[in-house]
Amino acid sequence: MTTISMTVNGKAVSGEVEGRTLLSSFLREGLGLRGTHIGCETTQCGACAVHLDGQLVKSCSVLAMDAAGASVTSIEGMANGDGSLSVIQAAFQEHHGLQCGFCTPGMVMATAALLKVNAKPTETEVRHYLEGNMCRCTGYHNIVKAVMAASGQDVSAIAAE
Amino acid sequence: MHNFEFVKPSTVADAVKAMAGSGAQALSGGQTLLPTMKARLAAPAVLVSLTGVAEMKGVCMGDDGLSVGAATTHATVAAEARKSFAGLANLANGIGDPAVRNRGTIGGSLANNDPAACYPSAVLAAGATVHTNMRKIAADDYFQGMFTTALKEGEIITSVTFPVPHKSAYVKFNQPASRFALTGVFVAKFANGVRVAVTGASNNGVFRWKEAEAALSANFAAGAVAGLVVSPKDMINDLHGTAAYRANLVKVLTKRAVDAAS
Amino acid sequence: MPKDGIGASTVRREDIRFLTGKGRYTADINLRGQAYAVFLRSDVAHGRINDIDTKAAMAMPGVLAIMTGADFAAMGGNPAGWHIPSRDGSAMKEPKRPVLAHGKVRHVGDAYAIVVAETLEQARDAAEAVVTDITELPAIVDMAQAIANSDNRVHDEIANNVCFDWGWIEDNRAAVDAAFASAPHVTTLELTNNRLAPNAMETRASIGDYDSGTEDYKLYTTSQNPHLSRLLIAAFVMGIPENKLTVVAPDVGGGFGSKIYHYGEEAAVLAASKAIDRPVKWVADRSEAFLSDAHGRDHVTKIQLATDKQGNFLALRTETMANVGAYLSNFSTATPTFLHGTLMAGPYKTPLVYVNVKAVFTNTAPVDAYRGAGRPEATYSIERVVDKAAHELGIDPLEIRRRNFIQPDQYPYTTPVGLVYDTGNYNATLDKLIDIGDLAGFEKRAAASKAKGKLRGLGLSTWIEACGIAPSNLVGVLGARVGLYDAATVRVNATGNISVMTGAHSHGQGHETVFPQVVADMLGIPASSIDIVHGDTSKIPFGMGSYGSRSLAVCGTAIVKATEKIIAKGKKIAAHMLEAAESDITFADGKFSVAGTDKAKTFGEIAFSAYVPHNYPLETLEPGLEETAFYDPANFTYPAGAYACEVEVDPETGQVTIEKFTCADDFGNVINPMIVAGQVHGGVAQGIGQALLENVAYDDNGQLLSGSFMDYAMPRADDLPFYTVDHSCNTPCTHNPLGVKGCGEAGAIGTPPAVVNAVVNALQRGGHKHVTHLEMPVSPSRVWAAMQG
Repeated sequence: MTTISMTVNGKAVSGEVEGRTLLSSFLREGLGLRGTHIGCETTQCGACAVHLDGQLVKSCSVLAMDAAGASVTSIEGMANGDGSLSVIQAAFQEHHGLQCGFCTPGMVMATAALLKVNAKPTETEVRHYLEGNMCRCTGYHNIVKAVMAASGQDVSAIAAE
Repeated sequence: MHNFEFVKPSTVADAVKAMAGSGAQALSGGQTLLPTMKARLAAPAVLVSLTGVAEMKGVCMGDDGLSVGAATTHATVAAEARKSFAGLANLANGIGDPAVRNRGTIGGSLANNDPAACYPSAVLAAGATVHTNMRKIAADDYFQGMFTTALKEGEIITSVTFPVPHKSAYVKFNQPASRFALTGVFVAKFANGVRVAVTGASNNGVFRWKEAEAALSANFAAGAVAGLVVSPKDMINDLHGTAAYRANLVKVLTKRAVDAAS
Repeated sequence: MPKDGIGASTVRREDIRFLTGKGRYTADINLRGQAYAVFLRSDVAHGRINDIDTKAAMAMPGVLAIMTGADFAAMGGNPAGWHIPSRDGSAMKEPKRPVLAHGKVRHVGDAYAIVVAETLEQARDAAEAVVTDITELPAIVDMAQAIANSDNRVHDEIANNVCFDWGWIEDNRAAVDAAFASAPHVTTLELTNNRLAPNAMETRASIGDYDSGTEDYKLYTTSQNPHLSRLLIAAFVMGIPENKLTVVAPDVGGGFGSKIYHYGEEAAVLAASKAIDRPVKWVADRSEAFLSDAHGRDHVTKIQLATDKQGNFLALRTETMANVGAYLSNFSTATPTFLHGTLMAGPYKTPLVYVNVKAVFTNTAPVDAYRGAGRPEATYSIERVVDKAAHELGIDPLEIRRRNFIQPDQYPYTTPVGLVYDTGNYNATLDKLIDIGDLAGFEKRAAASKAKGKLRGLGLSTWIEACGIAPSNLVGVLGARVGLYDAATVRVNATGNISVMTGAHSHGQGHETVFPQVVADMLGIPASSIDIVHGDTSKIPFGMGSYGSRSLAVCGTAIVKATEKIIAKGKKIAAHMLEAAESDITFADGKFSVAGTDKAKTFGEIAFSAYVPHNYPLETLEPGLEETAFYDPANFTYPAGAYACEVEVDPETGQVTIEKFTCADDFGNVINPMIVAGQVHGGVAQGIGQALLENVAYDDNGQLLSGSFMDYAMPRADDLPFYTVDHSCNTPCTHNPLGVKGCGEAGAIGTPPAVVNAVVNALQRGGHKHVTHLEMPVSPSRVWAAMQG
């Protein structure tokens, strides 16, 4: 076991890990941050997405030791300082961009990463950017709508209630 | 996965030293290796992370062409090669998904040489040179069949140098599940001729389509390959496409790559 | 009426926890002292277990226990929930489904041992050290070969691998055959309904927690129906009293049918917990999910439609082989029969229908209900053959459907396959579709596609389904071994807020938001004062859970009935407090009033009086304000709709893209339109997934070829378009008080034929006249091959 330190959601943390401990396991088991979900083991589904030094990564495919010293943001760090929903989170609620909630943390992290590099993405750009995040419930309609709404675009013309 | 000793050197020299131990394996972006280890299909005793080796990162233009550090992520290549080698940048920007592109590296992709990976087609079509800690390997010598390369035990790719074509483009047809290339074609037009490399299609891994190269060298237009026939022999036949289908894709994607080349 | 009552698109309250990482799924639960389990699974499709040597593994670091099939041999089997007799009257073949495989392994992924250790990685390390000697036997994969070969058997005692050979309705067979013999036109189609993996994003997980002090078991598990799981585990498998087992299904990350069933892993972690006297946790990998979750569909069907020259349907008959896999999962026998054969009239007035289904054992994972369950298979067969008939007869596909629709004045309508449709209006939804889908503009769009070098096609599907399966006494006659009611308890607390305990389980459907809308509407109080309690057998009444689009129609009605009892009791209390006759008390807008006066008590005052009964009719009325209702529906509900799909086909690559998808549905009354639309979106995406992308494939040796997301193509955001959905045409259900019909499965039922019809149409319009059918998934490779002739 080795002790590693990193910054998670703005707080300095440390914990013991093995070589094989994944960043996702360190967050979930080591730090109790269970909002980061595991939906596959092939780097496909995106439920485990977090930001590592500001970049979107799949935490199930990063070793905890490789992230030592880095700054990590997980879903638990995405709400506003007063605990209220951030603009992205609020847009997902407002537009029904989630059902069972399992893929949701990854979707929120991917959306935040997208809007950092593309402030007003088109529908096509949103769909393309989310290709690494699977959702089985929503058919993506309301996710795409929520992402566009979170970017400040008027989505009232997009169909549905 | 099986446990291992984790080492994170900060220089190529230290990485080479760490790789000398028995059962050592280089870890680059880990987007393929870690899933393989989770499935317990690989079990290195020592994992040598290259993510901390600064000298292996970055994209820069030199006398021999565009040099890309082996530990450079797809996202970085997509951004930094945009002006100098758009065909390569576009290829990098279509690998995996945004999160994978932030971790996966060109060196990792080439070392693994998955028959459906994108990068091998660019390296082969551009006639790039693979630099390792030991030597320089020409692309035509580097790829030796699926998951097989010229790399020796303990040898680490440090960078890849791409002669920049006058015109180039990569066109990929996605395997619908993995989003790897069901077939992908990279077309590179140089002053002295055209090179065409195909990934995803063949049981022998990435290959050059010589007939198309000849036809396109004579006339760089999509129509130039219209009369060519691609044999389905040796093409991959699987759940996602028959050998005949892949043979068709080789031709269709080559035409599209020629049209898209800039 | 409160603003967040019936009909409001109230945003979901459960979203807050899911959006902030505070949802709690089974894998998120960690019990003090828990150990970790992994399962050893067969890597051959069919084999005889000679020996399982666990000695070396037991000596590995951290290993606490290893149990094999032999340790569970004395336990009961996991039963099939529905008995389906064969046409000749013989009973269906029902082999025991053990907790862990014993003697033989019957599919790749069949679990035969559980390894428990201090850590997950130690359990995995030890699992690798177990030495298993299995003699591989020839795999039975193809259904036709399974039936043809009597020597090679999945279960040694079952010759020809046939579970049952079912005829529906057998007495109609001769008349149907006679109609075919004299029919002016017969359209025949052979098709496969591809096998699918449900792939809820949360994999299955279970934690067994045995309390040696009280001898109570507790199971946290990914279930859509915790009471049903408890009944199966306690009464059928483990043989323990039901009251000694609590099943908790916390937040569940999607189900789509796959989490209805009891799986052996659940009993195994409970037994292992008892064996080591510590909690035992298991979380499936995605690769385990592909191997061991119940798959869906997998029918091979020959369907024939007899018509006159004008396209009037005269008779329909089908022969289907339904793959049930290696063992009978809980609803595997009902899905291809009473959820499939009974739907074969569709929305049409076809006078004569006969359905034959043979259920076949193979060395593959069990197959059971997956979103739609039998009804997508029926709908696909019907809507494809109708399109083919239209093509053969030269009639517009829209016109042939309209010509054969059951008409609005024909309800209640008794079909030749045993259902009584209570209400509907198929012309209305089709008209709505033509309007909102701008079908008139199709040719213009097709011209634009052609200009881009693409072939455009239009496909229709007019579907009906039967959901909220019922009533119990009828299905009992037909072979069901469970009741199909549900239950709810409405507990008004002393301060007037409310807890509603429901048998329904929400795993994405939004019950925590929708059910309070219903109760709020009835009681005239804010929905925010009402909480839903679900998923814990120690807290909720005995309800059957959520599947088959039943939550609102069945469980919601139980809530309505319980709430009606609350109002009735409230009236009694109010009558006493207001010194009026009970018959003079009215209840509206949250107030109990004496009719014709301004004397009134608020709902809160009545609740308080019920619990602080100082001014209360104690002689005639119990204190308290809590009521339970069980509700057994009189009939299914029959949602229906019309879908239009427009595709573009790339003639060079065969790539199909969905350009436009429009749904006009009739779900009866709608409680929360936002959530209903979301349900349709999700179902449509799964339908498009089935039609274009998804396929569970085994090779001839029974090895799974599509065992991860690298080979099983899940629909992703860039595979799909925005959908246009509408549910304004509604014919309220006549037999439940809310007038609601199910909406959860609609998209998955109506979509696949619309997509395939569109692709076939695109190819035919593009000059490939010989293409009359394409098998799902309609992959680029298949489309391209079809175009080559």
